[in-house]
Amino acid sequence: MRTWFGHHQDAALLALRRLAAAPVGSLLSLLAIGIALTLPAGGQMLLANALRLAGTTSAVPQISVFMAANAERQAATEIGARLGQTTGVRQLQFIPREETLTRMKAGAGLREVIEALPANPFPDAFVVGVADESPAAMERLAVEFRQWRGVEHVQLDSDWLRRLDALLKLGRTAVMLLAALLGTGLIAISFGIIRMQVLTHRAEIEVSRLLGATDGFIRRPFLYFGVLLGLGGGIVAWLLVSAGTLWLRIPLAELAKLYEITLALQTLGARDSVLLLGCAASLGWLGAFISVRQHLQQY
Amino acid sequence: MIRFDRVSKRFPPGLDALSDISFEVAEHEMALVCGHSGAGKSTLLKLIAAVEKPSGGTLSIGGQNLGKLPRSALPFLRRRIGLVFQDQKLLFDRTAFENVMLPLSIVGFPRREAAQRVRAALDKVGLGSREKALPVMLSGGEQQRLAIARAVVNRPSLLLADEPTAHLDTETAADVARIFHEFHQVGVTILIATYATELFPAARRLQLDHGRLLP
Repeated sequence: MRTWFGHHQDAALLALRRLAAAPVGSLLSLLAIGIALTLPAGGQMLLANALRLAGTTSAVPQISVFMAANAERQAATEIGARLGQTTGVRQLQFIPREETLTRMKAGAGLREVIEALPANPFPDAFVVGVADESPAAMERLAVEFRQWRGVEHVQLDSDWLRRLDALLKLGRTAVMLLAALLGTGLIAISFGIIRMQVLTHRAEIEVSRLLGATDGFIRRPFLYFGVLLGLGGGIVAWLLVSAGTLWLRIPLAELAKLYEITLALQTLGARDSVLLLGCAASLGWLGAFISVRQHLQQY
Repeated sequence: MIRFDRVSKRFPPGLDALSDISFEVAEHEMALVCGHSGAGKSTLLKLIAAVEKPSGGTLSIGGQNLGKLPRSALPFLRRRIGLVFQDQKLLFDRTAFENVMLPLSIVGFPRREAAQRVRAALDKVGLGSREKALPVMLSGGEQQRLAIARAVVNRPSLLLADEPTAHLDTETAADVARIFHEFHQVGVTILIATYATELFPAARRLQLDHGRLLP
């Protein structure tokens, strides 16, 4: 066990020494890998922010039930009682027509128009929170409410959420595709660099073989080199995404403010950061493994 | 220790480097493989070190038939053999100490004990004060002695050397030969391919001629 650990320690140190032996070349390789990883990592960061935004801005999916404009308050009370007894209704809020009128008057530019009207044009309304927020269950309830006498209009407030959800799904797929594409690129970069490493250290490989080194012993420093390349590239990508987040935070917040949204762009979270570094290191290792496996047979 | 039984080696496209070679080298024996250039001396050593495979016959080291040895067992065989190459095969980006340390790193020797062994091996070949020198900073004779230190640091039971005194002046060659004699005296089996037979007067000679062993 101690020997095994010692071999790994030596191999890791040797890989580090090889990386440091050509600082400019190593730095450029790390930058190439880092920039390639920045695209999916940045996409993931934006997606996480969009999800957070959707979570804070959206209310729980609701159904709005509007009474007829000329319906008596008594009818609204009856509908309210019926809604309260309906299975699947979790929450119920009554919004009297007077309250709606006051709110609309307070809204910018509408006061004069509304005051010019001979009577209150708004109906009494209910906002219904449901136990089952699935689109099918909500649609079922909406159909039922529409059939009730006195109910003029039923509106599902989950439509825009579904659109947002579809957009986020699309975004997630795009990030996955980018990650797969650029991950393959990372494997290819690691493959090429390790191939050059094998060629550079040909003499050492030959001598080690003659001195009784196993394939594993010879392979190990190259694998660590691949891991270090991937990990270094991952760190570069993380730094670039973080710098980009800081850079975009203020202009984006100002833009969001114009739409009355509070948005503080956040960089990659702990989970995403670990995932980024882990994947980068694994892909670097994979590229190195394929390369070493192919090229070591020649010596 | 070493047993050749009608061993031959043919390289493509049909060049016979060794033909029908049979001999034995006993444990603790010192033997020389002699012959003109192209006689097959280096090929014979490469067969013993399992760098090349025999085309025919049976070759055994310490009772192990190399023809039947799986590829995965080769590293463990080579760890029992010390190799001194004609071109030394030193790693020029590593110090003398690191070059000698390599065989011990391969077998996973504990660091502290390995360092002691490396220093002892370097002292034995007279390079105790040059452990931090890169091979390029050493003379030809010193490089050859460094290669010997690397070959023996693992305390192998068999030492193979291919022209270890080639390109050395008379005095340095005698110095290198003395080191081999010292290892022989402590019981190491030694097989040396060399022209300089006069440096090893007590050793048995195996004379090769165009790939054949002369009686």
